[in-house]
Amino acid sequence: MTDSLALFLQVTVNGIAIGSIYALVALGIVLIYKATEVLNFAHGDLLVLSAFSAWALIAFAGLPFWLVLPLVAAGVAALAYGMDALIVRRIAGQPAFAGVMLTIALAFMLRGLVSMGFGTEAQTYPTPWSGQSLRLGGAAVSELSVVILAVVLVVTAGLWLFFTRTRLGVAMQAASQNQLAAYLNGVKVKRLNSLVWALAGATAAIAGVFMAPVSLVDTSLWLVTLKALAAIVLGGFGSLPGAFVGGLLIGLIEQYAGVYLPHGFKDIAAYLVLIAVLILRPRGLFGEAHGRRV
Amino acid sequence: MRFDYHTRYAQGFALLRHTRDRVGYGLLLAVLLAAPLVLSNYLLGELAYILILCIAAMGLMVLTGFTGQVSLGHAAFVAIGAYGHAWMLAQGVPFLLALPLAGVLAGLAGLVVGIPAIRVHGLYLAMVTLAFSIVVEQVIGLWRGVTGGFMGLPVETARVWGASLGSPTPFYYLCLAVAVLVLLALANLLRSGIGRAFAGVRDSEAAAYALGIGVARVKVGAFALSAGVTGLAGALMAHHLGYLTPDAFTLLLSLDLVLMVVIGGLGSLRGAILGAILISLLPKLVTFLKGFLPEAASRQFGLEIFVAGLVLALFVLFEPRGLNGRWLKLRALIETFPLYRRDTFRRQKSYMKTERNR
Repeated sequence: MTDSLALFLQVTVNGIAIGSIYALVALGIVLIYKATEVLNFAHGDLLVLSAFSAWALIAFAGLPFWLVLPLVAAGVAALAYGMDALIVRRIAGQPAFAGVMLTIALAFMLRGLVSMGFGTEAQTYPTPWSGQSLRLGGAAVSELSVVILAVVLVVTAGLWLFFTRTRLGVAMQAASQNQLAAYLNGVKVKRLNSLVWALAGATAAIAGVFMAPVSLVDTSLWLVTLKALAAIVLGGFGSLPGAFVGGLLIGLIEQYAGVYLPHGFKDIAAYLVLIAVLILRPRGLFGEAHGRRV
Repeated sequence: MRFDYHTRYAQGFALLRHTRDRVGYGLLLAVLLAAPLVLSNYLLGELAYILILCIAAMGLMVLTGFTGQVSLGHAAFVAIGAYGHAWMLAQGVPFLLALPLAGVLAGLAGLVVGIPAIRVHGLYLAMVTLAFSIVVEQVIGLWRGVTGGFMGLPVETARVWGASLGSPTPFYYLCLAVAVLVLLALANLLRSGIGRAFAGVRDSEAAAYALGIGVARVKVGAFALSAGVTGLAGALMAHHLGYLTPDAFTLLLSLDLVLMVVIGGLGSLRGAILGAILISLLPKLVTFLKGFLPEAASRQFGLEIFVAGLVLALFVLFEPRGLNGRWLKLRALIETFPLYRRDTFRRQKSYMKTERNR
């Protein structure tokens, strides 16, 4: 009995650790979707780019981890700002499908550049917490997972404060609700949208830098975008708290499916959830009730 | 300029209305029929593969280009067609029966996916199809009894009345025949009432509904038809590959198909074919270009996917009507030579258009 309880606890802890990364990725995608109505398929490739850059800076330049994190975040944020200002902004007003195609194109280009620049071999790099673990009521928790959860909570809290307490954050909310009204009130909508991209790029960078030591630095890391999409749908499309909760739930569901369901369910659990939610309750857990969305 | 002067009703609804079109397409068909006399076996195989991709792209075009339903998971239907066909051949079903049955099987799968399409659309539908194709890929990997799992499934050589279709020339003619039949069937269907209903649902669901079109039925029907045609391509693909593994039908194939219809130009069968040709030639083109690049850049993996992304981005930004739109503009330029006006093809730009609260 205690064995099965310990197993349950361990699985729950693992699920939360993985789910917090999904949550962070989902937050980045929702930020951009709310602001510009573009579903950013290139988000996962920004994440791959950050993971490889962090690897290059740590393994070759020998920089300490805490210096690499802000450097990579700033660099990827600048890249994301440029992507919106120079490319994605041009298709404003076109159907959602054009945005999907353009971000898929950007994703391909980023992926191509990453594999040309860094090679295609999987890499790994050390962090201050690699290989250490704590005991938590019978479950072994790697310190890295705890740090990741803490970072995700801090980032989420920071985003919440930013959006509710600062002028810039409130302006971003206004622009995402009604661009024309915000513009008439003196909000620089175009620049704000690019700044939202930069913000989302920074969250992608943080997710990438912390995720890479858990799995490996590899171009297939972009697949996390698909899991994050499931999280976004589960949480309710376009809802920031929904994305966070959805991410954690998808992480948990995946881990439980791996242990308690037959072999093979772990890999498709997230997608089955996505399909089921969209068919049974398309507005998700926290979706806004009014109107038909997307 | 060219003015039509019709003297018989039949001229009004001929597929090819002008002598020049008839001569052009006739020559194209003659060249394609004569290709095996000139080309090597390798090139013939590649040409057959391009024809198969053309069929699959036409299938997706019916759904995305004509009915406005986005699918990012059409590789699933290719896989269902391929595995269904290979399994039926292994059970002793004759080839000529197994080929259409594979299409029907994929069409039924499309029906199952199409039913949620009544409830969700736009980006949500794209995500449902994406998730479906990943689930199908995994199921194929795990369902060892029928699909051989990750070990793979050998495809038996096609036989029609005792004659083998295994060698390149007969297989090429088979692909050509199926491609031409599919093209003719779809071209005729899309200008019938059903095709008009598809376009009506694409352009405005509310208006289509008000005109008495059963929107839900049309959407599900388009899904089934599109999946069926794609499954037919999958059945031919099974013979081209010779040995089926789940890796052949990943997300990358789905995205390639979407690339074909978008780059070709949504809403035209010619676009699907042009797009399929361009996308399948792109890797060859990149390999060719590598010869001119500096040593460091040419050895790198990843150039191919970068070029694919670049081409897609340029088309989305600068030519949203795709290759077909480019062709129409070129033709208009030639036909009206000194009088060509760019504004003929100008798109009205719509700002502030949200799809959130449709």
